[in-house]
Amino acid sequence: MSRAAAALRPGLARGLIELRQAFAGPALIGQLFWPAATLAAIFFLRHKALGGTRFDLGTLVLPGVLGMYTALGMVLMIQYLTAEREDGTLLRAKTVPNGIRGYFLGKLVTVSGSIGAYLAMLTIPGLLLVGGLDLGRARTWLTLAWVLPLGLVATQSIGAAVGSVISGPRAAGYIALLVTGLIAISGIFYPITSMPRWLQGTAQVFPVYWLGLGVRSALLPASAASVEIGHSWRQLATLGVLGAWGAAGLVAAPLVLRRMARRESGSSLARRREKAVAQAR
Amino acid sequence: MTAGQDVVLDVDGLRMRYGTHDVLHGVTFQARRGEVLALLGPNGAGKTTTIEILEGFRMRSAGRVEVLGIDPAHGTEPWRARIGIVLQSWRDHARWRVRELLAHFGSYYACSPGGRDRPPWDPDELIAAVGLTEHAGRTVRTLSGGQRRRLDVAIGLVGRPELLFLDEPTAGFDPQARREFHDLVLRLAAGNDITILLTTHDLAEAEKLADRIVILSAGRIIADGTAAELTRRIAGPGQVRWTRNGRSYAQSTAEPTRFAFGLFRRYGEAIDDLEVRRCSLEETYLSLVGQEAAR
Repeated sequence: MSRAAAALRPGLARGLIELRQAFAGPALIGQLFWPAATLAAIFFLRHKALGGTRFDLGTLVLPGVLGMYTALGMVLMIQYLTAEREDGTLLRAKTVPNGIRGYFLGKLVTVSGSIGAYLAMLTIPGLLLVGGLDLGRARTWLTLAWVLPLGLVATQSIGAAVGSVISGPRAAGYIALLVTGLIAISGIFYPITSMPRWLQGTAQVFPVYWLGLGVRSALLPASAASVEIGHSWRQLATLGVLGAWGAAGLVAAPLVLRRMARRESGSSLARRREKAVAQAR
Repeated sequence: MTAGQDVVLDVDGLRMRYGTHDVLHGVTFQARRGEVLALLGPNGAGKTTTIEILEGFRMRSAGRVEVLGIDPAHGTEPWRARIGIVLQSWRDHARWRVRELLAHFGSYYACSPGGRDRPPWDPDELIAAVGLTEHAGRTVRTLSGGQRRRLDVAIGLVGRPELLFLDEPTAGFDPQARREFHDLVLRLAAGNDITILLTTHDLAEAEKLADRIVILSAGRIIADGTAAELTRRIAGPGQVRWTRNGRSYAQSTAEPTRFAFGLFRRYGEAIDDLEVRRCSLEETYLSLVGQEAAR
């Protein structure tokens, strides 16, 4: 049995157990907060017509939001890695054979599963709130079938790489703030074409914008592309940018993850523990 | 010297240097199968560095190290499956249930490549062995400190390791938890198919648990032997004090019991206030570490 295969079953099991822990019992209340807040925003935008088009803003926002939640896999991954490096989870994984592989596989399962749950929480009530989305077309599902997995791989591998490099939960907080800024300029809540040109340029570097665009291209009628840059869904560019981020992440993540895992030891953990205790005082 | 079948740990001339600072200066020791070896020394002596090198978590600067016949710097996953490491838990896996966590870690060994001859522990049997049966369904975060420590040991044991590392296992324990933990280690050691290396700065703990004690001070091994050997070799003779006819006498001797018997045979009831004193291992240890520090 190869090493990857040896970690497969424990890794999948681990991911599902932690997914259940993240959503079971009282934890569920916390998980409902952001999707509920997002749905409330969509509720207020549902009949607000976007100037110059026949679309309601709510209809345009819901698909973008689905893309945005997919991109949040990056933030989740960073948070998990920094927190679990500090609390000893990662070191524990290092003590068992193939434990680190199992750990990361488990994280991919937990984070992807969490995003799947968020998307369901948003989509099911969201479809009742807003109209005008095309769910009956084969093209819709075909597009989702490549945009979402590609987005999950790209954002989580980047998240794993960033999470291994940065120092701790505090730095992870700054990154989350940065991502919030990216979301604000990414045309999720308002068409990007109404933003200044330099912000449009910045947004187009990062996967958040492209995930939003990709999901809009799947769910909205073709005429809605009129509010996008170049009046087009630019699916080829979406594939290119998300693919480039995914490739970069898949190359970088194993390298930095291995380096980080190699450095973990009881004494490095003890040092961080002392630091954390000192900060808490 | 090459490691024979029976030598589980073979450390020869181990050196560790951080920058310009030497932490270990040529440490040499061995452990045989089934032995409980204590690495004893004051804080900062290099115990944790040594054990982390043996665990394969830290690269050494120089020297030869073999753990189960393999250099830990190149330890493979099948090698890792043969050793158990007891970590000091902090907050990890707080939401997992005790049984769930042990079953999960056991599954890594069940799937481990290399065709191991011993399957991992059944989680329920292992939970019973460390005395956590009534807590098997609880989440880890609700356990007391002593219970968590027993869970840590269980995680270290779940793959039925041939060699178990315990780094400062009872740091921060109350006396009750310490005693329960010692009983657990002694029960494990009684099985004789597991080699245990533990580090401690607590001499009483080393004396109670270990077949052999290696004393590490300032990065050097300054003594290696059983508790009795160390006492005899380093503490030297015992001392006998007595009074006779109102006068006090004192005599150092290698055989204080025999000497006292001689006194009685010679003087009978005239001997009073007899006091026979052997240097304790603690005095031995403190004098050794003190000598080393004074160098």
